[in-house]
Amino acid sequence: MSRSTATVTASARHAQGTSIYGVEAIDCDVHVAVPSMNALVPYLDDYWRESVTTRGLERHSLNITGQPANAPVFARPDWRPAEGAPGTDLGALSKHLDAFGTKFAVANCMYGAQVLHHEDMAAALCGAVNEWIAREWLDREPRLRASIVLPIQNPKNCVEEIERRAGDKRFVQVLVPVMGEMTLGRRYYWPIYEACERHGLAVGIHAGSSYRYAPTSVGWTSYLFEDYVAQSAAFENQLLSFVAEGVFAKFPALKVVLMESGFAWLPPFLWRANKTWRGVRAETPWVKRSPGEIVREHVRITLQPVDEPPNREQLERTIEQIGSDSVLLFSTDFPHWHFDGLAALPEGLSPALVKKILLENPVETYSRLRDESAPKEIRQ
Amino acid sequence: MGRHVVAAVGEIAEGERKLVTLEGREIGVFNVKGEFYALLNKCPHSGAELCRGMVIGLAQSDEPGEYRLTRPGEFLRCPWHGWEFDIRTGQSWFDPKRVRTRAYKATIEPGSELMKGPYVAETFPVQVEENYVVVDV
Amino acid sequence: MNINVKPKSESRAQPEQKLSVVDCDIHPATKSASELFPFMAKRWQEHAVTYGSHVRQGLSEGLAHPRMTPDVARLDAWPEDGSTPGSDPEFMRKQHLDANGVELGILIPLGRSGSHQRNLDYGAALCSAVNDWQISKFCDFDKRFRASITVTQEDAPTAVAEINKRAKERRFVQVLLPPRSQEPLGRRRYWPIYEAAVANKLPIGLHLGGMGGHPSTGSGMPSYYIEEHTSMVQTMQALIASMVIEGVFEKFPELQIVLIEGGFTWEPALRWRLDKHWKRFKSEVPHLKRAPSEYVIEHFRFTTQPIDEPEDPRDMRHIVDWIGVERLMFSTDYPHWDYDDPRYALNHLGLSEAEKRKIFSGNAKGFYGLQ
Repeated sequence: MSRSTATVTASARHAQGTSIYGVEAIDCDVHVAVPSMNALVPYLDDYWRESVTTRGLERHSLNITGQPANAPVFARPDWRPAEGAPGTDLGALSKHLDAFGTKFAVANCMYGAQVLHHEDMAAALCGAVNEWIAREWLDREPRLRASIVLPIQNPKNCVEEIERRAGDKRFVQVLVPVMGEMTLGRRYYWPIYEACERHGLAVGIHAGSSYRYAPTSVGWTSYLFEDYVAQSAAFENQLLSFVAEGVFAKFPALKVVLMESGFAWLPPFLWRANKTWRGVRAETPWVKRSPGEIVREHVRITLQPVDEPPNREQLERTIEQIGSDSVLLFSTDFPHWHFDGLAALPEGLSPALVKKILLENPVETYSRLRDESAPKEIRQ
Repeated sequence: MGRHVVAAVGEIAEGERKLVTLEGREIGVFNVKGEFYALLNKCPHSGAELCRGMVIGLAQSDEPGEYRLTRPGEFLRCPWHGWEFDIRTGQSWFDPKRVRTRAYKATIEPGSELMKGPYVAETFPVQVEENYVVVDV
Repeated sequence: MNINVKPKSESRAQPEQKLSVVDCDIHPATKSASELFPFMAKRWQEHAVTYGSHVRQGLSEGLAHPRMTPDVARLDAWPEDGSTPGSDPEFMRKQHLDANGVELGILIPLGRSGSHQRNLDYGAALCSAVNDWQISKFCDFDKRFRASITVTQEDAPTAVAEINKRAKERRFVQVLLPPRSQEPLGRRRYWPIYEAAVANKLPIGLHLGGMGGHPSTGSGMPSYYIEEHTSMVQTMQALIASMVIEGVFEKFPELQIVLIEGGFTWEPALRWRLDKHWKRFKSEVPHLKRAPSEYVIEHFRFTTQPIDEPEDPRDMRHIVDWIGVERLMFSTDYPHWDYDDPRYALNHLGLSEAEKRKIFSGNAKGFYGLQ
């Protein structure tokens, strides 16, 4: 199911700066994967470097449960490198950006350091991952931007890591998995949002769980398929947490990006949240606008996976029902498998909407993309 | 359309209300801090008997974790879905422009100039020097 | 608790409720725990008094997210004697069945449920008592009431025995299970219950709630009631996914499910999502012979309350078309606060008269085999 594209070659498209869609494209979710802890060792301090050796930590894959690298959804066959796990090869990623003519791509690294219980080990490893991303990905591929992998176990460590990275404008957001120890809107996490707002970093929430609890309110699911489907429900829960806890009231400039969440669930979710809010408003009186209004202003969602309905009219309606054309952000979710060939964009979207999704919405969402070369002091 | 006596001023104490039927419409008459307001007893949302709801203040906040109960006794909470209405204007709090309930003008009138209404039809001593609550329907 | 206004209005000047209604979600209540005692062995009466409820949450009897109205109820639904809404069948008959043209009302007992109890034997005693009590207090009182068989789902053999015992009583129209169970309800430990339901030609009703011991989200417990209330929708989504993906409907092709009080506008998106990702996970679940959405369409129905209210009402019409009018069955949730009134609740759906008749009564009569 591949679209017909212009006959311009990939490198020529790259030179022009336009994507295969004839418009500049910013891919808001591509994955890079840590091949093994040995890759991180150069970026650890003496204590942790020795721990790796003495404890045999390098024998731990730190693969997050529910995201096995070889499962089809996580590894499109033609996006696998010749060697190594999907997402570990810079060449494959660069080729991918060439194929689409992508201007920028935001790299997300889902790594099990965010799941460990030891806060400081998590902080050390996340710090190493972020340094590794900067040196071995961002330095080598100028089209790449990235999310700061946060040691979410302890917000104070998160803030320190944010301060460490904030000067590097190629980091445009922070990254946390959608299911962790607490609902993300809670005040416990607010130091993170304060730092993000101050530095113009988006809060990136990606599908994935640390499995501190069963992934659903009905208990422990049996199959990875079930877990994958359940991610959208987790995003719904977190969205309402952000709204109800007043995160956007407290941090009015904050943007939250949902990644690999799907989006077809959004309109009915907002209808229900709005309806309930009207009657229970007094419990959270700092929520002064409807949840729908708040979400449309502050929340963005990457395009993949498009949980497409059987017919195009249903998809068009669903997108209309979102009530804003500013919400969707283009993504390919490389190397995850949600479409074949270059068919990342659903058919039949208007050119205006396509341009919003590909370019305008990402630029508006990631303020640091706009001023990537400006010194921090005059960035505003 | 007409003006109807619904109660003697002293009958509805501050914070209290009275439900009456005028020209086929059920109306709740409320005493809010000594002033009288009348609302149609039908919530614009789903037809609940709005005037049977709780009279409340308005919970407001400038910051998560901060709670201020303002304007005590000035709001009515629909007995079904909990929508909050400003008794004086009938406006819903969450969406004042688009959602409001029908408000009727209620004034205090001296006894001698009034049309006879349902109130007077009951056997109730009428005193001309008393003030009456009159509702325009 | 009813607000005292003078004078008390006798009748409401409201539009006549012309359509006859089958209400698929009415909540009966007990005035006190002892109301169940006539239906419990002495040993369990004593247990109830001495030890009481023992559940998987921090409060033994209350809701850990207190609701916004007393006893979760409409303010005007309190009987004269001040006992809790739903506990007075005469009051319920007048205020709801008669006033709203309810031809048949299906009882969904929630309070004092045995299905949450960690002590399974106590739970079984409570379930049995609640089942007897529904018939005695409500169904015998007014022939418009129908009842639901409550069971201890965590103890499948006992649940099966209760189903088999009750099935002969035709006024029980379904087996009631809580969506929030210890394990997702698609798991095989619950399959004997489905077998018994099918054998007795009973559908399964899943009314939101339950205390399975898991937090309401995959990231722990939410702080506020708006979150907790909404999380029930995600619970229903997980429930559908579990039952479909585990292959319950391959094993029990005749099993029919109704999801009660979970709403329905979210269903199309879930179906699309299931089908989309099934393509990539097919090899993990080879027992599924058909696309997941086919199982969902064939085996799941929805009660309408709480009806959603999008800014553009035409959106509701689209959803109704995408789900199918036949799969929706009207409910009020009387006497709860988010009650849907039959005079108003469906008016914005853009339904034809024929469609209204189906949703208000025809679909439920067919689904439940009601006369």
